[in-house]
Amino acid sequence: MRDVAIIGIGETKIGELWDMSLRELGIEAGLSAIRDAGVKGEEIEKIYIGNMSAGRLINQEHIAPMIADYAGLDDVPSVRIESGGASGGMALTEGYMSVASGIHDIVVVGGAEKMTDVGDQEAKKILSATADWEWESVFGATFDSLYAMMARYHMLTHGTSKEQLASVSVKNHAHGALNPNAQFQREVPMKFVMGAPIVSDPLSMFDCAPLSDGAAAVVLCPAGKAESYMGEPVKILGTGMGADHMAVHDRRELDAMKATRQAGTKAFSLAGLKPKDMDFAEVHDNYTISEIMAIEDLGFFPKGEGGPATERGDTSLNEKVSINTSGGLKAKGQPVGAVGLNQAVEAVIQLRGDAGKRQVDDAEYGLIHNMGGTGASAVVHILGRWN
Amino acid sequence: MKSSKEVGIKGYAGYVPRYRISPTEIGEVWGKDGARMGKGLNIQSKSVPSPDEDVISISIQAAKWAVKRAKLRGEDIGAIYVGSESHPYAVKPTATIVAAAVGATPYLTAADYEFACKAGTAAFQTCMGLVASGMIKNGMAIGSDTSQGAPGDALEYSAAAGGAAFIIGADDLIAKINYTTSFTTDTPDFWRREGQKYPSHGGRFTGQPAYFKHIAGCTNVLFEETGTEPDDFDYAVFHQPNGKFPVKIAKKMGFTMEQIGPGLLVPRIGNTYSGAVPLGLAATLDVAEPGSRILVTSYGSGAGSDSFDIEVTDRIEEIRERDVPSVEDVISNSVYISYAMYAKFREKIDRGEW
Repeated sequence: MRDVAIIGIGETKIGELWDMSLRELGIEAGLSAIRDAGVKGEEIEKIYIGNMSAGRLINQEHIAPMIADYAGLDDVPSVRIESGGASGGMALTEGYMSVASGIHDIVVVGGAEKMTDVGDQEAKKILSATADWEWESVFGATFDSLYAMMARYHMLTHGTSKEQLASVSVKNHAHGALNPNAQFQREVPMKFVMGAPIVSDPLSMFDCAPLSDGAAAVVLCPAGKAESYMGEPVKILGTGMGADHMAVHDRRELDAMKATRQAGTKAFSLAGLKPKDMDFAEVHDNYTISEIMAIEDLGFFPKGEGGPATERGDTSLNEKVSINTSGGLKAKGQPVGAVGLNQAVEAVIQLRGDAGKRQVDDAEYGLIHNMGGTGASAVVHILGRWN
Repeated sequence: MKSSKEVGIKGYAGYVPRYRISPTEIGEVWGKDGARMGKGLNIQSKSVPSPDEDVISISIQAAKWAVKRAKLRGEDIGAIYVGSESHPYAVKPTATIVAAAVGATPYLTAADYEFACKAGTAAFQTCMGLVASGMIKNGMAIGSDTSQGAPGDALEYSAAAGGAAFIIGADDLIAKINYTTSFTTDTPDFWRREGQKYPSHGGRFTGQPAYFKHIAGCTNVLFEETGTEPDDFDYAVFHQPNGKFPVKIAKKMGFTMEQIGPGLLVPRIGNTYSGAVPLGLAATLDVAEPGSRILVTSYGSGAGSDSFDIEVTDRIEEIRERDVPSVEDVISNSVYISYAMYAKFREKIDRGEW
């Protein structure tokens, strides 16, 4: 197996991008990654695109060749990867494996989602289809309510408080305020977050990530060839996927994500690194409770300590471990199928030392964690600085 | 657009149903924090038409008062256009019923207009053209609505009822219309298909790419073409789907709260759709002085805006003495009702066949 490097990154601004279609988003992110890498169109051997639900959100299936075609890459084979919210991260793993195996040299991995062509209610309903439709969603269990149940259980079991959930949101907004591509580039005070309207008790508006339009892409190549391209390379040191029951009621644990734990363990083992080696992590904070569970399940903090650690500021920029320096899904935004690539782009920016005001000091290793549905799939990558 | 001949307003009046419901009362039913909702929308109460009121009756009341105020007879009116998105009939004009009620039939032209919330100001422009060309002496433009909001939808907190009528002519003007501009695009932010009971809307899409873009676009064209700026106007009236949007656009464009205050009725009566800008203009004319200059910009989803540069004449004081209630008189006569009563009034209760 060959070592793999990321040699180019690109992403669109994230938000309610009324003037941009899915193909325009995909093309903008993809072409800027290709330009950043300095690869030629004819060198690209394969395109993987992470996307949750273009079929229902914009009535378009078969989007990988569509984006490739309109980007002028109609000769390049492409395929869409779907794993709910983890689609982007899973696409990155597929791209990684195709380069690591020696089958392909230059691979573009993108993620794109266009969510605002349907109304808010419809978009929520489509997102809820990544939970178990037949056993959960059809009976009225929304995504919000399933995560609210996990939050409530975490609070009961570990004493996690509403303020601790809120402190995730306050921190991620503070980070997002430093990211020019973030959907919400403003800080929110604790009082404001605590007073927000309830979405599904105990989660209120500021505990939930928005649904956004956006796209991101990376270019991969074998590490041995990375220095012959223009973009400053970053190493992919480890990858791991995890799985769990589709429906929340079938799970053994409500206060933890087994899929995250599995994915993290595999990725750390492949990289030969430990959680304490990480300088930063982008974790899947589709809800504030998700970030608290993720930083516990990935081994940054013991179970039950995620809330207090966040409240103490341990996960803020340049503290114990910088979590979601991009602003996370909460502030950077949640174009669902693109999230895993947005995280990869942030990790590369950090490891290249290009993050400006949100730069993690001397960033050497970073982790990205992407999750699908209510936790039935998860994927973790560990990235490292080139030198 | 400048008309070839001086045209303006000869008479006007507004009418708003007296019943009110508060956002708190609505929120109570749907398990929402209505008070917060109302605060967010800057709406304390919205008007509710009683069971025997509709766009026809609202238009007729406003039209009768406008004719009285202008000291005209029905037969002096050569055109009536009623703008609304809640005409009681899909086929059968509101305008003919209003014409009959004010005694303007049969020698007039009449039609109903629909352009979401700006159908009333579209009627202004049609009347201006007909008067300026000499085809008619006086025309009546009405904007009036009993707007629809689906039970539990965000629109239910704002969708209200009311309307105003304006007589447009070339002589005896109480206010000259110096200039008008329009700004129109194909923007699907809010719509209701034939046969649908309640409208659909694009959530936040109704803001920046819709309301704000069109209002600013239309007003800026008027500024450019007339060489004016916000300071040149004593008052301004912007379309008011809620209490937040008009304040935001006014501030962004450089207007003060003092300029928009008199015409900002939405916090007290809700969004009267086609009636909103005409009512805001009527309320502003109620307090304006001779020489006052008023900027008006409507907005209709779908989407478009019309702007007007209006200058009040000395005759304004004369017509105030005539026995017609001011918009303030009409609005302050209010009675709060419960959601149950509201549901009955708005025919949200299925009484079956009997």
